[in-house]
Amino acid sequence: MNIVMAIIVVAVLGGIFGFGLSFAEKRLAVKKDPKVLALEPIMPGINCGVCGYAGCAAYAAAVALGEAPIGLCSPGGPDLVAKMAEIMGEKVDASGETRRKVAHVMCRGNVEVSSKGYEYEGLEDCNAAFLLFGGDYSCKTACLHLGSCIKVCPTDAISRDAEGYIIVDEQKCISCEKCVQICPTGVMHMIYEDSEYAIECNSHEPGGKVRKVCTVGCIGCKICENKYPESGCSVDKFLATFDQTSPHSQIADAAEACPTKCIIKR
Amino acid sequence: MQRIPTFSKGGVHPDDRKVYSRSAAIERLPMPSELIVALSQHLGAPAKALKAKGDTVMKGEKIGEASGFISSDVHSPVSGSIKEIRKVTLANSVQCDAFVIVPDEVQPADPEETVDWQSLDGSELLSSIKDMGIVGMGGATFPAHVKFSIPKDKKVDSFVVNGVECEPYLTADYRIMLEKGEQALEGAMIVAKIVKAERVIVGVEMNKPDCIDHLKEIVKEKGYPIEIVGLKMKYPQGDEKQLLKAILNREIPSGKLPLDVGAVVSNIGTCNAIYEAIVLKKSLYERVISVTGECIANPKNVLAPVGTKMSDLLDFCGGFSKEPEKLISGGPMMGFSFFDTETPMTKGSSGLLALGAQKKYRSTACLNCGRCVAACPIALMPAKLYRYISNGEYEEAMNTSLMDCKECGCCAYVCPAHLPLVHTMKTGKKLGRKKK
Ligand code: SF4
Ligand code: SF4
Ligand code: SF4
Ligand code: SF4
Repeated sequence: MNIVMAIIVVAVLGGIFGFGLSFAEKRLAVKKDPKVLALEPIMPGINCGVCGYAGCAAYAAAVALGEAPIGLCSPGGPDLVAKMAEIMGEKVDASGETRRKVAHVMCRGNVEVSSKGYEYEGLEDCNAAFLLFGGDYSCKTACLHLGSCIKVCPTDAISRDAEGYIIVDEQKCISCEKCVQICPTGVMHMIYEDSEYAIECNSHEPGGKVRKVCTVGCIGCKICENKYPESGCSVDKFLATFDQTSPHSQIADAAEACPTKCIIKR
Repeated sequence: MQRIPTFSKGGVHPDDRKVYSRSAAIERLPMPSELIVALSQHLGAPAKALKAKGDTVMKGEKIGEASGFISSDVHSPVSGSIKEIRKVTLANSVQCDAFVIVPDEVQPADPEETVDWQSLDGSELLSSIKDMGIVGMGGATFPAHVKFSIPKDKKVDSFVVNGVECEPYLTADYRIMLEKGEQALEGAMIVAKIVKAERVIVGVEMNKPDCIDHLKEIVKEKGYPIEIVGLKMKYPQGDEKQLLKAILNREIPSGKLPLDVGAVVSNIGTCNAIYEAIVLKKSLYERVISVTGECIANPKNVLAPVGTKMSDLLDFCGGFSKEPEKLISGGPMMGFSFFDTETPMTKGSSGLLALGAQKKYRSTACLNCGRCVAACPIALMPAKLYRYISNGEYEEAMNTSLMDCKECGCCAYVCPAHLPLVHTMKTGKKLGRKKK
């Protein structure tokens, strides 16, 4: 008997509250800006925070109110910029950046090819190791391989390969740059996805110093730049960089000729 | 029986290991062939170089000028010439410029005349302390003239001198108290005059009964109004916060200074340096450093010029008796481990330790045992902070009082899971600050 009573009471209460809620929803609804409603679903929805807002929805709202410019969302890329511009009724510069950037570790050093100052024992964290003399490698711009970047990547794009190098899965990378920000040695760079080659060294030290501490670093010898003018390589402050957009028909030869073999085909 | 005072919250009792260098009287280091005098030997902005390559310098001459409010002058420890200006990395990983000075064959003798400090007033004394480049010599190297400039709205009633030397191994302050006790206590009287303190109290731990007796004798003989207080041994009693709790039973709230509870705290070694600066007109260019540890052949307390390379100190002490596992600048609890013996010592180097191989422990996951919480002298929750920081939640860590951490090492000392807790705190502070 009691059980039946209880069921009835709960059912009636449920009905009353349900009615109340649906009434509240209709009468007290907050009217959302139609632009926000249109923007929200097209955002990537990963809430990475690169735009500087608390998440995708917050950024969409700021754009709708005209408080933020479109184009802060790097994961969305040029596609998103075009879509947002359409909704906001703005024109975007079609000549703007359309090449996608991905994260890449600019260092091929490891225990075999680079010298170490000391043996690091401590927290498995690059920033922790960096507190002690800028890491255990003698080169102070090297990848420390402790994987702080792996921990912060929102899409799990970063991992270690079989040799212990840090690699980025470029399909998964959304260019949020979180890894670049956390990396203490600045060895994580954003490079153009379409680059066929990368010069995997991060040291601006003069060649002699680099040779002392690492056998695979760029020594700034300028062989790539001078001997192979069409290699797409240029050297600045003892470090070469490769540019896909400049003529680069000789890049394969330059890579072959590089004395420390730091021009790597991707 | 009378209760022996100490601080109440947390703390640990490491083995004091002072036997190695305890009985070695202070010895002066023979002049090294080269000195590397860094421009950043203090907390705050590095000093600005006043000399260039090739210049000659005089002993005690100012070669680096304070470059900000919290900064300190740097002086040449010798007469000689500047070979070059070089980038160096100090034992605490600080990078700065340094003068490489080659000393002359003959060095001028120390001046004989003394100054009567009683005739000088507080502000004159303070400005000479600034000119002489005095910094806190316990290791924190906070510029002394900044610490002793008391804002108008604050009143100081007590000057507390730290003669605790609670770090294991170190005996530099111990030897100073025994051998230069008169000077150090007179230095304390000078500071008391500057900060206008009515009470001067020297706290010494009970493992140094000879110091306590010796200082008490001096006080009686000279009639100084100084109290000498014996404290129960407990690490980190030498920290300002713990020392004030132990001696005056005053607690400094989070984010405040001793000044806010009407006290100024200074190290006994600093008091000695102040005496030498004011009375003997000697700028801070040399200090006593304990070279000790299981692996040092002849542990000693060495009076060495600032900028001496660690290798020169090691040679003077007979080198290593066995291959050390770790070299530490400072004490084993709060010091910095370093690897290059060409690293120069600075105004803050209280010790050079060469420690032998220890049993290696692997870190495991936190056991949630709470021992770190019980050991933390400022009642933080190291385990919780560790969790936040290792998960990258720096903001939460900052909101859980991470910035109050003294990096004293008590938590890591007791942790049965052997987690590198202090290293984690330091990392978290750095990243947390960057986030803001
Ligand atoms: S790229 Fe940077 S953060 Fe990533 S493992 Fe290397 S040093 Fe660490
Ligand atoms: S953290 Fe780095 S690798 Fe991961 S998505 Fe962002 S930019 Fe790409
Ligand atoms: S190191 Fe910091 S957290 Fe650890 S016991 Fe000392 S004050 Fe507390
Ligand atoms: S002492 Fe170590 S194991 Fe115990 S709670 Fe603290 S961090 Fe965890």
